Amino acid sequence: MISNIAIVLFDGLAFGMLLFVLSVGLSVTLGLMNFINLAHGAFGMLGGYVTVWLMRQLGFPFLLTLPAAFLAAALLGVLLERTLFRRLYGAGELNQVLFTIGLVFVAAAVATYFFGTAQQPIVLPRWLRGSTEVFGLLLGNYRMFLVAISLAITGLLFFTLERTRFGARIRAAVDNQRVAQGLGMDVERIFAITFAIGSGLAGLGGALAIEIVGLDPSFGFHFLVYVLIVVSVGGLGSIAGSFAGAALLGIGDVAGKYFMPEAGSFLIYLLLVAILLVRPLGLFGKR
Amino acid sequence: MSNAPSTAAEPLAWLRQRSRWSVFEIVFWLATLLPFYFFPTYLNLASQVAIAALFAVSVDLVLGYAGIVTLGHAMFFGLGAYTAALISQAGWSEPLTGLVLSAAFVGLVGYVVSFLIVRVQHLALIMVTLGLGLLTYELANAMTWLTGGTDGLRLPRTWPVLGYFKFDLWGFTSYGYALAILLAGFLISRRIVNSAFGLALRGVRENVRRMPAIGSEHRAHLRKIYAISAALAGVAGAILTHTTSTVALDVLSFERSADVVVMLILGGTGRLYGAILGAIIFLVAQDQLAGINPQYWYFWIGLLLMVVVLFLPNGILGGLERLVRGRHD
Repeated sequence: MISNIAIVLFDGLAFGMLLFVLSVGLSVTLGLMNFINLAHGAFGMLGGYVTVWLMRQLGFPFLLTLPAAFLAAALLGVLLERTLFRRLYGAGELNQVLFTIGLVFVAAAVATYFFGTAQQPIVLPRWLRGSTEVFGLLLGNYRMFLVAISLAITGLLFFTLERTRFGARIRAAVDNQRVAQGLGMDVERIFAITFAIGSGLAGLGGALAIEIVGLDPSFGFHFLVYVLIVVSVGGLGSIAGSFAGAALLGIGDVAGKYFMPEAGSFLIYLLLVAILLVRPLGLFGKR
Repeated sequence: MSNAPSTAAEPLAWLRQRSRWSVFEIVFWLATLLPFYFFPTYLNLASQVAIAALFAVSVDLVLGYAGIVTLGHAMFFGLGAYTAALISQAGWSEPLTGLVLSAAFVGLVGYVVSFLIVRVQHLALIMVTLGLGLLTYELANAMTWLTGGTDGLRLPRTWPVLGYFKFDLWGFTSYGYALAILLAGFLISRRIVNSAFGLALRGVRENVRRMPAIGSEHRAHLRKIYAISAALAGVAGAILTHTTSTVALDVLSFERSADVVVMLILGGTGRLYGAILGAIIFLVAQDQLAGINPQYWYFWIGLLLMVVVLFLPNGILGGLERLVRGRHD
């Protein structure tokens, strides 16, 4: 029983880390520009399909496709940001929501056109398959890989945000955009770069997610709900909040489905509503 | 603000002017009778449109007039559908009393929920409505003994409307019934939005902070309109149950919540007719396009949505209005 609980906790943590990579970009861009980008999950889907395509058509090894997934999603992200999204910064939240939902619809249709509606499985390298015994617990190799890579990304993000000049600029712009602009910072450029990195991380998350949850054209929609829960529960613009929110959701989701298969998702949504009613700005939200 | 009414008599005159019936409106409602004669094979589609239109009108009340962005209104639609279904299953298949009971129950639920809704704004509001919608869906999914789960419920045929109009296979009665209730719901909504209460709602939509400052009970207003809107959405769901004699989990689904908002945006928010026009366009286009290629239906809807948001901020009806007015000037 104890080992069962430990394994559920570990699997939940791994799933949570995946959710963190998928959603942290949205949290930061939302905090920065108040732009509700529901198409964030679609960037994840793009990353997933890039990985599938590179592995199948060009025979790339799995690890090499991950940077490609990041770059493809980042490029598309910055392209859309420069051409379309920026027109909507001043618009109401409803317009942002609807425009980006429209984008998700289009993305799903385009994915269907190129890849069909079937699930797209990939073959992982041998060392990522199977499981290894750690401290008497049988842990999946891929999930350990997931946790390691997510922790590395979290560390990198924290370092960038807290210790570099660019990170200081982002924090300043999140805290008070007007003053930041008044001090001569190019907030638009900061935002474009942040948006690219955020979308890229979503793409990376999408590529990493294939093995855990599969990939089909409904990915953008399916994960939207998870991503939004992480962002709203964690609090906008807070990396620590997203991390906590994602870990909470991942563990809650896996544990709920394991211990109470009938009521699992129900409890998640109940928790979401309850947290937001008590703390509308999320657990770590400041504004 | 120069043309804003300044004395007490002027707003009343303005409201009275707004509530006057125009020729366009009368022609529009007469045109809703056309399907009976010209498209008798499409009457079942027409009744679906009327149901969706009523649902969209209910969303327009909260979203278009009061500014409450909701992504979970299917919750009330589905509750209405299931209430009507359970009443029918209990052996009472009279439609009109079924509607009244559904409306009362869903309105009550809406009123309770509204206390949560008025607490939050912006992203949290969207997430709370979304979360409540998903919550209701999961609850219905788990309570298979009551809702029939994913299989849904098959019900005895609904009794004739007013004891006279039997529900037929062609949908004559279905459409007539749905259309009559749509008209009734529309008249109620029209009366509400053209009242002082409706004006106060618009005030909340335009500036949440200013309304309490001028002494308006904005939260009470929001709670009231949310309950009314929930009841209307419940009625729309109940009509669906009555006309199809079945109910399944999809009445509560997120897709239904999203579709109705899409309809409303396409038509134009805050003008009631936009909701009806949007429902017509959405469902007729779905019927035609999905016939050609169901997989790419959402491509066109997505594209249309993006175009409308970028170029027609007031929806198709708003665009038409601008066109007509531009010519007059």
